[in-house]
Amino acid sequence: MYSQYKLQDDSGLLRETASQTSGPFVHIGLALEIAGFESRSDEIWQDLAKEGAKGEHIELVGHVYDGNGEAVHDALIEIWQADSDGNYVANFDNKQPFSGFGRSACALDGDFHFHTVKPGQVGFYGKPMAPHVSLAIFARGINLHLQTRAYFDDEPEANAECPILNSVPSVERRKTLIAKKEQGDGKPRYRFDIYLQGDNETVFFDF
Amino acid sequence: MSHKYPSFLPRDRSWQPAQYTPGYKTSVARSPSQALVSIQRASDSERSGPVFDGLEIGQYDNDLLMNFRTEGEQAGLPIGERIIMHGQVIDQFGKPVPNTLVEMWQANAGGRYRHKKDNYLAPLDPNFGGVGRFITDADGRYHFRTVRPGPYPWPNGVNTWRPAHIHVSVMGPSISTRLITQLYFEGDPLIPLCPIVQVLKDPEAVETMIARLDMTMSKPMDCLAYRFDIVVRGALQTYFEE
Repeated sequence: MYSQYKLQDDSGLLRETASQTSGPFVHIGLALEIAGFESRSDEIWQDLAKEGAKGEHIELVGHVYDGNGEAVHDALIEIWQADSDGNYVANFDNKQPFSGFGRSACALDGDFHFHTVKPGQVGFYGKPMAPHVSLAIFARGINLHLQTRAYFDDEPEANAECPILNSVPSVERRKTLIAKKEQGDGKPRYRFDIYLQGDNETVFFDF
Repeated sequence: MSHKYPSFLPRDRSWQPAQYTPGYKTSVARSPSQALVSIQRASDSERSGPVFDGLEIGQYDNDLLMNFRTEGEQAGLPIGERIIMHGQVIDQFGKPVPNTLVEMWQANAGGRYRHKKDNYLAPLDPNFGGVGRFITDADGRYHFRTVRPGPYPWPNGVNTWRPAHIHVSVMGPSISTRLITQLYFEGDPLIPLCPIVQVLKDPEAVETMIARLDMTMSKPMDCLAYRFDIVVRGALQTYFEE
Protein backbone atom coordinates (compact mmCIF):
# COMPACT_ATOMS: atom_id res chain seq x y z
CA MET A 1 0.00 0.00 0.00
CA TYR A 2 1.65 3.19 -1.16
CA SER A 3 -1.07 5.62 -0.23
CA GLN A 4 -0.24 8.45 2.14
CA TYR A 5 -3.54 7.74 3.89
CA LYS A 6 -3.01 5.85 7.07
CA LEU A 7 -4.13 8.89 8.99
CA GLN A 8 -7.20 8.57 11.09
CA ASP A 9 -8.57 10.64 13.90
CA ASP A 10 -9.68 9.20 17.25
CA SER A 11 -13.02 8.06 15.85
CA GLY A 12 -11.38 6.16 13.02
CA LEU A 13 -12.33 8.63 10.33
CA LEU A 14 -9.82 9.60 7.69
CA ARG A 15 -8.59 13.16 7.92
CA GLU A 16 -9.57 15.52 5.14
CA THR A 17 -6.69 16.32 2.80
CA ALA A 18 -5.13 19.59 3.89
CA SER A 19 -5.92 22.72 1.89
CA GLN A 20 -3.33 25.00 0.31
CA THR A 21 -3.57 28.32 -1.46
CA SER A 22 -4.39 28.20 -5.16
CA GLY A 23 -1.36 30.49 -5.66
CA PRO A 24 -0.67 33.24 -8.21
CA PHE A 25 -0.94 31.05 -11.30
CA VAL A 26 -4.30 29.42 -10.63
CA HIS A 27 -5.43 30.60 -14.06
CA ILE A 28 -3.32 28.13 -16.01
CA GLY A 29 -5.34 25.38 -14.34
CA LEU A 30 -8.80 26.82 -13.83
CA ALA A 31 -9.11 29.97 -15.99
CA LEU A 32 -7.04 29.26 -19.07
CA GLU A 33 -7.85 32.31 -21.16
CA ILE A 34 -6.66 34.61 -18.33
CA ALA A 35 -3.26 32.91 -18.33
CA GLY A 36 -2.94 33.54 -22.06
CA PHE A 37 -3.50 29.86 -22.75
CA GLU A 38 -5.46 28.32 -25.56
CA SER A 39 -8.80 26.99 -24.31
CA ARG A 40 -9.60 23.30 -24.53
CA SER A 41 -12.65 21.94 -26.34
CA ASP A 42 -14.89 22.83 -23.41
CA GLU A 43 -14.25 25.05 -20.39
CA ILE A 44 -15.96 25.92 -17.13
CA TRP A 45 -16.35 29.67 -17.30
CA GLN A 46 -18.49 32.65 -16.46
CA ASP A 47 -21.56 32.31 -18.69
CA LEU A 48 -23.94 30.18 -16.65
CA ALA A 49 -26.99 31.29 -18.62
CA LYS A 50 -27.07 31.11 -22.39
CA GLU A 51 -29.70 32.62 -24.62
CA GLY A 52 -32.96 30.81 -23.97
CA ALA A 53 -32.30 30.15 -20.31
CA LYS A 54 -35.48 30.62 -18.31
CA GLY A 55 -35.64 33.52 -15.86
CA GLU A 56 -34.38 37.06 -15.54
CA HIS A 57 -30.95 37.38 -17.12
CA ILE A 58 -28.52 39.32 -14.95
CA GLU A 59 -24.85 40.10 -14.56
CA LEU A 60 -23.13 39.55 -11.23
CA VAL A 61 -19.89 41.49 -10.92
CA GLY A 62 -17.54 42.60 -8.19
CA HIS A 63 -14.05 43.41 -7.03
CA VAL A 64 -12.14 41.62 -4.28
CA TYR A 65 -10.24 43.90 -1.89
CA ASP A 66 -7.55 43.04 0.63
CA GLY A 67 -7.12 44.55 4.09
CA ASN A 68 -5.28 47.57 2.66
CA GLY A 69 -8.06 48.34 0.22
CA GLU A 70 -6.00 47.10 -2.72
CA ALA A 71 -7.79 45.15 -5.44
CA VAL A 72 -6.90 41.45 -5.51
CA HIS A 73 -6.23 40.82 -9.18
CA ASP A 74 -5.31 37.15 -8.91
CA ALA A 75 -8.54 35.93 -7.27
CA LEU A 76 -10.58 33.13 -8.80
CA ILE A 77 -14.28 33.08 -7.96
CA GLU A 78 -16.60 30.10 -8.23
CA ILE A 79 -20.35 30.39 -7.93
CA TRP A 80 -23.10 27.86 -7.38
CA GLN A 81 -26.74 28.82 -7.57
CA ALA A 82 -30.24 27.54 -8.16
CA ASP A 83 -32.10 28.14 -11.41
CA SER A 84 -34.92 30.69 -11.66
CA ASP A 85 -37.34 28.16 -10.12
CA GLY A 86 -35.12 27.62 -7.08
CA ASN A 87 -33.87 24.18 -8.17
CA TYR A 88 -30.23 23.17 -8.28
CA VAL A 89 -29.28 21.83 -11.69
CA ALA A 90 -26.38 19.54 -10.86
CA ASN A 91 -25.48 18.67 -14.41
CA PHE A 92 -22.89 21.05 -15.82
CA ASP A 93 -23.18 21.24 -19.58
CA ASN A 94 -22.30 24.19 -21.81
CA LYS A 95 -24.74 22.86 -24.41
CA GLN A 96 -27.73 23.38 -22.14
CA PRO A 97 -29.22 26.85 -21.56
CA PHE A 98 -28.35 27.00 -17.88
CA SER A 99 -25.78 25.42 -15.57
CA GLY A 100 -25.67 26.30 -11.89
CA PHE A 101 -21.89 26.43 -11.64
CA GLY A 102 -19.37 28.89 -13.04
CA ARG A 103 -15.94 30.42 -12.61
CA SER A 104 -14.55 33.88 -13.16
CA ALA A 105 -11.36 35.76 -12.36
CA CYS A 106 -10.50 39.33 -11.37
CA ALA A 107 -7.46 39.58 -13.64
CA LEU A 108 -8.64 41.85 -16.42
CA ASP A 109 -10.45 44.94 -15.11
CA GLY A 110 -10.49 43.83 -11.47
CA ASP A 111 -14.09 42.66 -11.61
CA PHE A 112 -15.27 39.11 -11.76
CA HIS A 113 -18.14 38.80 -14.24
CA PHE A 114 -20.92 36.25 -14.27
CA HIS A 115 -23.71 36.13 -16.80
CA THR A 116 -26.51 34.21 -15.19
CA VAL A 117 -30.15 34.29 -14.20
CA LYS A 118 -31.50 35.54 -10.93
CA PRO A 119 -31.99 32.44 -8.77
CA GLY A 120 -35.36 31.51 -7.33
CA GLN A 121 -35.98 30.82 -3.68
CA VAL A 122 -34.65 27.58 -2.22
CA GLY A 123 -36.41 25.93 0.70
CA PHE A 124 -34.82 25.60 4.11
CA TYR A 125 -36.57 23.15 6.47
CA GLY A 126 -39.99 24.33 5.35
CA LYS A 127 -39.12 28.01 5.07
CA PRO A 128 -37.84 29.84 2.01
CA MET A 129 -34.36 31.34 1.86
CA ALA A 130 -34.02 34.62 0.00
CA PRO A 131 -32.60 34.31 -3.53
CA HIS A 132 -28.85 33.98 -3.26
CA VAL A 133 -25.71 32.83 -5.00
CA SER A 134 -23.01 30.87 -3.15
CA LEU A 135 -19.47 32.04 -3.83
CA ALA A 136 -16.05 30.55 -3.13
CA ILE A 137 -12.99 32.81 -3.26
CA PHE A 138 -9.58 31.38 -4.07
CA ALA A 139 -6.35 33.39 -4.33
CA ARG A 140 -2.72 33.66 -3.45
CA GLY A 141 -2.59 34.33 0.28
CA ILE A 142 -5.87 32.51 0.99
CA ASN A 143 -4.96 29.19 2.59
CA LEU A 144 -8.44 27.70 2.51
CA HIS A 145 -11.02 29.16 0.15
CA LEU A 146 -13.51 31.59 1.64
CA GLN A 147 -17.21 30.87 1.33
CA THR A 148 -19.88 33.53 1.18
CA ARG A 149 -23.30 34.29 -0.29
CA ALA A 150 -24.55 37.14 -2.45
CA TYR A 151 -28.14 38.28 -1.88
CA PHE A 152 -29.96 40.95 -3.91
CA ASP A 153 -30.86 44.47 -2.72
CA ASP A 154 -34.17 44.45 -4.63
CA GLU A 155 -35.43 41.53 -2.49
CA PRO A 156 -35.79 43.36 0.85
CA GLU A 157 -38.79 41.34 2.09
CA ALA A 158 -37.24 37.97 1.29
CA ASN A 159 -33.90 39.07 2.73
CA ALA A 160 -35.57 40.16 5.95
CA GLU A 161 -37.03 36.65 6.36
CA CYS A 162 -34.02 34.62 5.25
CA PRO A 163 -32.97 32.22 8.03
CA ILE A 164 -29.33 32.15 6.95
CA LEU A 165 -29.00 35.92 6.58
CA ASN A 166 -30.68 36.31 9.97
CA SER A 167 -28.19 33.90 11.52
CA VAL A 168 -25.42 36.48 11.04
CA PRO A 169 -25.18 37.93 14.56
CA SER A 170 -24.27 41.47 13.53
CA VAL A 171 -27.18 43.21 11.81
CA GLU A 172 -24.71 45.69 10.37
CA ARG A 173 -22.55 42.97 8.84
CA ARG A 174 -25.52 41.35 7.07
CA LYS A 175 -25.34 44.29 4.68
CA THR A 176 -22.00 43.01 3.37
CA LEU A 177 -23.90 40.10 1.78
CA ILE A 178 -26.27 42.24 -0.30
CA ALA A 179 -25.38 42.83 -3.93
CA LYS A 180 -26.41 46.26 -5.22
CA LYS A 181 -28.33 46.71 -8.44
CA GLU A 182 -26.69 49.16 -10.81
CA GLN A 183 -27.11 50.35 -14.37
CA GLY A 184 -26.28 47.38 -16.51
CA ASP A 185 -25.37 46.88 -20.10
CA GLY A 186 -28.62 45.59 -21.62
CA LYS A 187 -29.57 43.60 -18.52
CA PRO A 188 -29.65 44.27 -14.78
CA ARG A 189 -26.24 44.21 -13.15
CA TYR A 190 -25.63 43.48 -9.49
CA ARG A 191 -22.39 44.51 -7.83
CA PHE A 192 -21.03 42.33 -5.05
CA ASP A 193 -17.68 43.64 -3.86
CA ILE A 194 -15.86 41.35 -1.47
CA TYR A 195 -13.74 42.77 1.36
CA LEU A 196 -11.41 40.12 2.70
CA GLN A 197 -10.46 42.08 5.81
CA GLY A 198 -11.02 45.28 7.74
CA ASP A 199 -13.74 47.90 7.32
CA ASN A 200 -16.82 46.41 5.68
CA GLU A 201 -15.26 42.95 5.89
CA THR A 202 -17.55 40.53 4.07
CA VAL A 203 -19.20 37.81 6.13
CA PHE A 204 -17.66 34.43 5.38
CA PHE A 205 -19.37 31.20 6.31
CA ASP A 206 -18.35 27.85 7.68
CA PHE A 207 -20.57 24.96 6.61
CA MET B 1 -38.65 17.65 5.51
CA SER B 2 -36.44 15.24 3.65
CA HIS B 3 -33.45 16.32 1.68
CA LYS B 4 -32.28 15.09 -1.67
CA TYR B 5 -28.72 15.75 -0.64
CA PRO B 6 -26.49 14.30 2.07
CA SER B 7 -24.99 16.39 4.82
CA PHE B 8 -21.26 16.30 5.43
CA LEU B 9 -18.96 15.86 8.38
CA PRO B 10 -17.90 19.27 9.63
CA ARG B 11 -14.62 20.60 8.36
CA ASP B 12 -11.97 20.46 11.10
CA ARG B 13 -10.62 23.98 10.92
CA SER B 14 -7.90 23.31 13.48
CA TRP B 15 -6.55 20.62 11.16
CA GLN B 16 -6.91 22.82 8.09
CA PRO B 17 -4.73 25.93 7.89
CA ALA B 18 -5.70 29.11 9.69
CA GLN B 19 -6.33 32.09 7.44
CA TYR B 20 -3.84 34.42 9.15
CA THR B 21 -0.40 32.82 8.83
CA PRO B 22 2.18 35.64 8.85
CA GLY B 23 5.08 33.41 7.75
CA TYR B 24 3.25 33.37 4.42
CA LYS B 25 3.19 37.11 3.94
CA THR B 26 0.38 37.46 1.43
CA SER B 27 -2.02 35.94 3.96
CA VAL B 28 -1.58 38.91 6.30
CA ALA B 29 -3.73 41.32 4.28
CA ARG B 30 -5.93 38.62 2.74
CA SER B 31 -7.23 36.89 5.86
CA PRO B 32 -10.54 37.83 7.48
CA SER B 33 -10.21 39.36 10.94
CA GLN B 34 -13.78 38.46 11.91
CA ALA B 35 -14.86 34.95 12.86
CA LEU B 36 -16.55 32.82 10.23
CA VAL B 37 -20.31 32.56 10.67
CA SER B 38 -21.26 28.90 11.03
CA ILE B 39 -24.30 27.71 9.14
CA GLN B 40 -25.72 25.46 11.84
CA ARG B 41 -27.88 23.41 9.51
CA ALA B 42 -26.58 23.23 5.99
CA SER B 43 -29.25 23.86 3.38
CA ASP B 44 -29.57 22.39 -0.09
CA SER B 45 -27.40 25.31 -1.21
CA GLU B 46 -24.43 23.86 0.66
CA ARG B 47 -25.29 20.17 0.29
CA SER B 48 -25.57 20.15 -3.48
CA GLY B 49 -22.93 20.72 -6.12
CA PRO B 50 -22.14 20.38 -9.80
CA VAL B 51 -21.55 17.14 -11.67
CA PHE B 52 -19.43 17.35 -14.78
CA ASP B 53 -20.86 14.57 -16.97
CA GLY B 54 -21.68 17.16 -19.61
CA LEU B 55 -18.16 18.62 -19.75
CA GLU B 56 -16.33 17.45 -22.84
CA ILE B 57 -13.01 16.05 -21.69
CA GLY B 58 -10.48 15.80 -24.51
CA GLN B 59 -8.43 12.71 -25.27
CA TYR B 60 -5.22 14.21 -23.86
CA ASP B 61 -6.69 16.37 -21.11
CA ASN B 62 -5.02 14.16 -18.48
CA ASP B 63 -1.81 13.64 -20.44
CA LEU B 64 0.55 16.60 -20.08
CA LEU B 65 3.19 14.83 -22.17
CA MET B 66 0.85 15.07 -25.14
CA ASN B 67 -1.56 17.97 -24.62
CA PHE B 68 0.78 20.85 -25.50
CA ARG B 69 2.99 19.46 -28.24
CA THR B 70 4.04 22.08 -30.75
CA GLU B 71 3.80 21.62 -34.48
CA GLY B 72 6.76 21.83 -36.81
CA GLU B 73 10.50 21.71 -36.15
CA GLN B 74 10.31 21.93 -32.38
CA ALA B 75 7.67 19.21 -32.12
CA GLY B 76 8.52 16.66 -29.51
CA LEU B 77 8.01 15.66 -25.95
CA PRO B 78 8.49 17.87 -22.89
CA ILE B 79 11.85 17.77 -21.15
CA GLY B 80 11.87 16.43 -17.60
CA GLU B 81 11.30 13.44 -15.40
CA ARG B 82 8.38 11.51 -16.86
CA ILE B 83 5.88 10.51 -14.19
CA ILE B 84 2.41 9.10 -13.73
CA MET B 85 0.46 10.80 -10.97
CA HIS B 86 -2.46 8.69 -9.86
CA GLY B 87 -4.66 7.99 -6.89
CA GLN B 88 -8.12 7.67 -5.55
CA VAL B 89 -10.59 10.25 -4.31
CA ILE B 90 -12.26 8.89 -1.18
CA ASP B 91 -14.27 10.43 1.59
CA GLN B 92 -13.51 10.37 5.30
CA PHE B 93 -15.32 7.04 5.65
CA GLY B 94 -13.04 5.56 2.99
CA LYS B 95 -15.85 5.49 0.44
CA PRO B 96 -14.73 6.11 -3.16
CA VAL B 97 -15.93 9.33 -4.80
CA PRO B 98 -16.73 8.35 -8.39
CA ASN B 99 -17.40 10.67 -11.28
CA THR B 100 -15.87 13.79 -9.77
CA LEU B 101 -13.70 16.39 -11.43
CA VAL B 102 -9.98 16.44 -10.57
CA GLU B 103 -7.97 19.29 -12.06
CA MET B 104 -4.25 20.00 -11.78
CA TRP B 105 -1.72 22.60 -12.90
CA GLN B 106 2.00 22.95 -12.49
CA ALA B 107 5.29 24.50 -13.57
CA ASN B 108 7.59 22.77 -16.03
CA ALA B 109 10.72 20.81 -15.12
CA GLY B 110 12.62 24.07 -14.56
CA GLY B 111 10.02 25.63 -12.26
CA ARG B 112 8.56 28.01 -14.88
CA TYR B 113 4.82 28.42 -15.33
CA ARG B 114 3.25 29.03 -18.69
CA HIS B 115 1.51 32.13 -17.38
CA LYS B 116 2.06 35.63 -18.68
CA LYS B 117 2.74 36.87 -15.15
CA ASP B 118 5.56 34.40 -14.46
CA ASN B 119 8.86 36.05 -15.42
CA TYR B 120 11.29 33.63 -13.74
CA LEU B 121 14.38 33.28 -15.92
CA ALA B 122 14.13 29.49 -16.28
CA PRO B 123 12.81 28.97 -19.82
CA LEU B 124 9.44 27.74 -20.99
CA ASP B 125 9.33 24.30 -22.55
CA PRO B 126 7.81 24.56 -26.04
CA ASN B 127 6.12 21.19 -25.57
CA PHE B 128 4.75 21.65 -22.10
CA GLY B 129 1.61 23.50 -21.03
CA GLY B 130 1.04 22.40 -17.45
CA VAL B 131 -2.69 21.83 -17.14
CA GLY B 132 -4.71 18.64 -16.78
CA ARG B 133 -8.15 17.41 -15.82
CA PHE B 134 -9.87 14.08 -15.36
CA ILE B 135 -13.20 12.70 -14.12
CA THR B 136 -12.73 9.91 -11.55
CA ASP B 137 -13.91 6.44 -12.55
CA ALA B 138 -16.46 4.26 -10.74
CA ASP B 139 -13.87 3.51 -8.01
CA GLY B 140 -12.91 7.15 -7.56
CA ARG B 141 -9.59 6.66 -9.36
CA TYR B 142 -7.81 9.21 -11.51
CA HIS B 143 -4.49 9.37 -13.34
CA PHE B 144 -2.36 11.92 -15.13
CA ARG B 145 0.87 11.67 -17.07
CA THR B 146 3.25 14.59 -16.76
CA VAL B 147 6.80 15.67 -15.93
CA ARG B 148 7.89 16.28 -12.38
CA PRO B 149 7.83 20.06 -11.83
CA GLY B 150 10.90 21.94 -10.63
CA PRO B 151 11.11 24.12 -7.51
CA TYR B 152 11.01 27.86 -8.02
CA PRO B 153 11.89 30.98 -6.06
CA TRP B 154 9.29 33.47 -4.90
CA PRO B 155 9.45 36.79 -3.09
CA ASN B 156 8.37 35.94 0.45
CA GLY B 157 11.55 35.75 2.50
CA VAL B 158 14.78 36.87 0.85
CA ASN B 159 15.59 33.33 -0.31
CA THR B 160 12.35 31.37 -0.34
CA TRP B 161 11.78 28.47 -2.72
CA ARG B 162 8.67 26.44 -3.28
CA PRO B 163 9.15 22.68 -3.15
CA ALA B 164 8.27 20.83 -6.35
CA HIS B 165 4.49 20.72 -6.33
CA ILE B 166 1.41 20.16 -8.44
CA HIS B 167 -1.73 22.14 -7.65
CA VAL B 168 -4.70 19.80 -7.30
CA SER B 169 -8.37 20.79 -7.33
CA VAL B 170 -11.24 18.45 -6.53
CA MET B 171 -14.97 19.10 -6.39
CA GLY B 172 -16.39 16.02 -4.66
CA PRO B 173 -20.15 15.50 -4.35
CA SER B 174 -21.01 19.01 -3.12
CA ILE B 175 -19.66 22.52 -2.80
CA SER B 176 -19.07 21.52 0.86
CA THR B 177 -16.38 19.08 -0.24
CA ARG B 178 -14.69 21.49 -2.66
CA LEU B 179 -10.95 21.53 -2.03
CA ILE B 180 -7.80 22.92 -3.59
CA THR B 181 -4.49 21.62 -2.34
CA GLN B 182 -0.93 21.03 -3.50
CA LEU B 183 0.80 17.72 -4.09
CA TYR B 184 4.39 17.49 -2.86
CA PHE B 185 6.89 14.73 -3.56
CA GLU B 186 8.14 12.23 -1.01
CA GLY B 187 11.57 13.12 0.35
CA ASP B 188 11.81 16.66 -1.01
CA PRO B 189 14.02 18.58 1.45
CA LEU B 190 12.34 21.89 0.56
CA ILE B 191 9.02 20.75 2.08
CA PRO B 192 9.84 21.59 5.72
CA LEU B 193 11.36 24.95 4.70
CA CYS B 194 8.30 26.23 2.84
CA PRO B 195 6.15 28.94 4.47
CA ILE B 196 3.11 27.76 2.51
CA VAL B 197 3.51 24.21 3.81
CA GLN B 198 4.07 25.62 7.29
CA VAL B 199 0.61 27.18 7.38
CA LEU B 200 -0.36 23.72 8.66
CA LYS B 201 0.30 23.30 12.37
CA ASP B 202 0.08 19.53 12.48
CA PRO B 203 2.91 17.63 10.75
CA GLU B 204 0.42 14.86 10.01
CA ALA B 205 -1.66 17.30 7.98
CA VAL B 206 1.43 17.92 5.84
CA GLU B 207 1.66 14.16 5.27
CA THR B 208 -1.75 14.22 3.58
CA MET B 209 -0.19 16.31 0.78
CA ILE B 210 2.90 14.19 0.10
CA ALA B 211 2.66 11.85 -2.86
CA ARG B 212 4.47 8.54 -2.45
CA LEU B 213 6.76 6.96 -5.01
CA ASP B 214 4.79 4.03 -6.39
CA MET B 215 7.03 1.53 -8.15
CA THR B 216 4.12 -0.85 -8.73
CA MET B 217 2.52 1.58 -11.15
CA SER B 218 5.70 2.79 -12.81
CA LYS B 219 6.41 1.68 -16.36
CA PRO B 220 9.84 0.06 -16.86
CA MET B 221 12.03 2.00 -19.27
CA ASP B 222 9.31 4.66 -19.59
CA CYS B 223 8.18 6.56 -16.48
CA LEU B 224 7.99 6.50 -12.68
CA ALA B 225 4.73 6.81 -10.75
CA TYR B 226 3.56 8.71 -7.70
CA ARG B 227 0.44 7.95 -5.77
CA PHE B 228 -1.65 10.76 -4.33
CA ASP B 229 -4.95 9.91 -2.69
CA ILE B 230 -7.36 12.71 -1.87
CA VAL B 231 -9.75 12.59 1.08
CA VAL B 232 -12.83 14.81 0.99
CA ARG B 233 -15.36 15.36 3.75
CA GLY B 234 -17.49 12.35 4.60
CA ALA B 235 -21.07 12.24 3.33
CA LEU B 236 -23.69 11.36 5.93
CA GLN B 237 -27.14 10.00 5.28
CA THR B 238 -29.59 11.90 7.40
CA TYR B 239 -32.28 9.57 8.75
CA PHE B 240 -34.09 11.88 11.12
CA GLU B 241 -34.67 15.51 10.37
CA GLU B 242 -37.54 17.78 11.05
